[in-house]
Amino acid sequence: MRKLLLQNLWRLPLTIPAPAPSGQALAELGAKVDQAARQRLGRSLAIREVDAGSCNGCELEIHALNNAFYDLERFGFHFVASPRHADVLLVTGPVTTNMREALERTYAAAPDPKWVVAIGDCGRDGGVFAKSYACAGGVAEVIPVDLHIPGCPPAPMQLLEGLLALLQVN
Amino acid sequence: MNTQSLQAVLDAGHPVADHRPWPRVVVTPEIWNTLIEGLAGNVWTLLGLWGETGVVHLAVREEASGMLSVASLPCPDGCFPSVGRRHPPAQRLERTIADLMGLHPVGAPDVRPWLDHGRWPVRHPLGAATAPASPVPPYPFLPVEGESLHQIPVGPVHAGIIEPGHFRFTANGEAVARLEQRLGYVHKGIEGLLKGASLEQAAQLAGRISGDSTVAYALAFARAVEAATETEIPARAHWLRALMAELERLAHHCGDIGAICNDAAFALMLAHCAVLREQILRASAACFGHRLLMDSVIPGGVATDLPADGPDILQSLVTGIRRQFPPLVTLYDNTASLQDRTVKTGFVKPALIRQFGCGGYVGRAGGRAFDARRALGYPPYDELKFEVPLRTDSDVNGRVWLRICEVEQSLALIEQILQKLPSGPVGVALNALGRPCEGMALIEGFRGDILVWLRLNSDGTVARCHPRDPSWFQWPLLEAAIEGNIVADFPLCNKSFNGSYSGHDL
Ligand code: SF4
Repeated sequence: MRKLLLQNLWRLPLTIPAPAPSGQALAELGAKVDQAARQRLGRSLAIREVDAGSCNGCELEIHALNNAFYDLERFGFHFVASPRHADVLLVTGPVTTNMREALERTYAAAPDPKWVVAIGDCGRDGGVFAKSYACAGGVAEVIPVDLHIPGCPPAPMQLLEGLLALLQVN
Repeated sequence: MNTQSLQAVLDAGHPVADHRPWPRVVVTPEIWNTLIEGLAGNVWTLLGLWGETGVVHLAVREEASGMLSVASLPCPDGCFPSVGRRHPPAQRLERTIADLMGLHPVGAPDVRPWLDHGRWPVRHPLGAATAPASPVPPYPFLPVEGESLHQIPVGPVHAGIIEPGHFRFTANGEAVARLEQRLGYVHKGIEGLLKGASLEQAAQLAGRISGDSTVAYALAFARAVEAATETEIPARAHWLRALMAELERLAHHCGDIGAICNDAAFALMLAHCAVLREQILRASAACFGHRLLMDSVIPGGVATDLPADGPDILQSLVTGIRRQFPPLVTLYDNTASLQDRTVKTGFVKPALIRQFGCGGYVGRAGGRAFDARRALGYPPYDELKFEVPLRTDSDVNGRVWLRICEVEQSLALIEQILQKLPSGPVGVALNALGRPCEGMALIEGFRGDILVWLRLNSDGTVARCHPRDPSWFQWPLLEAAIEGNIVADFPLCNKSFNGSYSGHDL
């Protein structure tokens, strides 16, 4: 283990330079985020990820945000285990009928002020599952959404650009 | 015990025309019961059990001959003899049939709903739809009795970035006396959406049944469609599909080996394995335009050909992993504190694995050698050299090692494919038969064998499609694996299975 650690000490970091925040996301957020919330939350944001019926593709790319290339934590974001600790809910999936109440309760459990980011084409409008009897069809059908990051699934770079917009307006 | 061959038993039924590549036979209740006995006696393996209006279908495989077949039992009165009564692996599938179709398994030991949580706007959405009961009925968990037992409810929203499901632990101090799963939270009604879908829509849906197995599902769906329509695809398409499938397998094996170690608080492995995984996804995107390779396999072939620099990108990926991976394996092997957590943790009895026909790394780490690539030899695997690693320790450590061995196999397969990749077109137009036809496919995803069965209408749209995830036969064994382990080892056991919620809940 020592050798591995030493080798990595001498190696150049894999981490990519920070991308610019997505202009589209900034525009969507600019209109929504109020000044008081911005001041209270500062530049460190705790994220609670909620899978509301995704195919798990979006989760894979959200996971990737934590790898050495994207290293989300360097921007002050970190994933937390409980909605009680969360400033941001990152919600994936078309909100299945069976997850609807769990999502509502998770939202209610997160303290104010809070932001909701709907991830993926499913999070936006239900995506390919929109017409099903078992889906609400988009996160905004169930809880208020501040930002959408579309894609199927959005690549980590798109997720990063969207999330950085959260800090920019902050 | 049954001594007849599957062929002999099914010869007594009526074969259905236009079902490919394996036979489908309409059977009588007597034959159905013979099949149940054969399953219960471990002569045959259950591959799937699903329904449609007025019929239940049972897919079985005879290990000895390799024969695979679907038996269909008409049930005009809405009832069929329960398979789960004699063969527990069928129980959740039957509960699902009752939920979705309203067909009743007679004599079933467990008649609680499974995917239907009483929240859908309809009951029996795939059968004769009726209004749901209101208010939502409570779900009775199995009773557990004994002194000093307490319950720990977990989920559906879990602590990590994972899919939702509910786990009800009954513990005695630290030791788990019973785990009961309740799934169905991510039920999206995919089988309903598939009904009537065009092949293009259906292929997209198939690729989103379980995002982590998007190549595997798209491949299973495409092969089923091609079987139904008697379409031969060009050789290059077969080889590119296998290339994608191995990239998918490699990415998940690398990522999960790290994630399992991380659940034993050994974050270093995760950090390094996640880098490998990212490199694979980037190479996939550079070659085929999508990191997870979604929508890359389509009925008739593949969506994109390997670009001119593709072979170089993939060869340097393989070379890179060959250099970076072995030190991580050594690290895993030499870290006693990590081994202490994984060895003998989450043991599954090989007899259970056999009974459940459990596939993938869970099955192969527990002595069941089934790998659809080898057992069925679908192209191009019939022309590729690879081993099917097998272990018998059947614990978390065994499952990690099995995946380590499979990483090596996948690397070798990718190299072989790059060397032998035939030239030519990468797709053909599907035959239009102009009549209804049925097809099925069984392929090996990273998690295990995926079954897709479908019937197409004369206009080529989907009449009915049933995809069966490998998790159906793995989730129940997780309940067995955790028994007697401590609660704190559950994440480790769970991760070493890595069942799909989405693929199971559909
Ligand atoms: S947006 Fe795409 S990847 Fe994300 S959950 Fe939906 S189908 Fe899966």
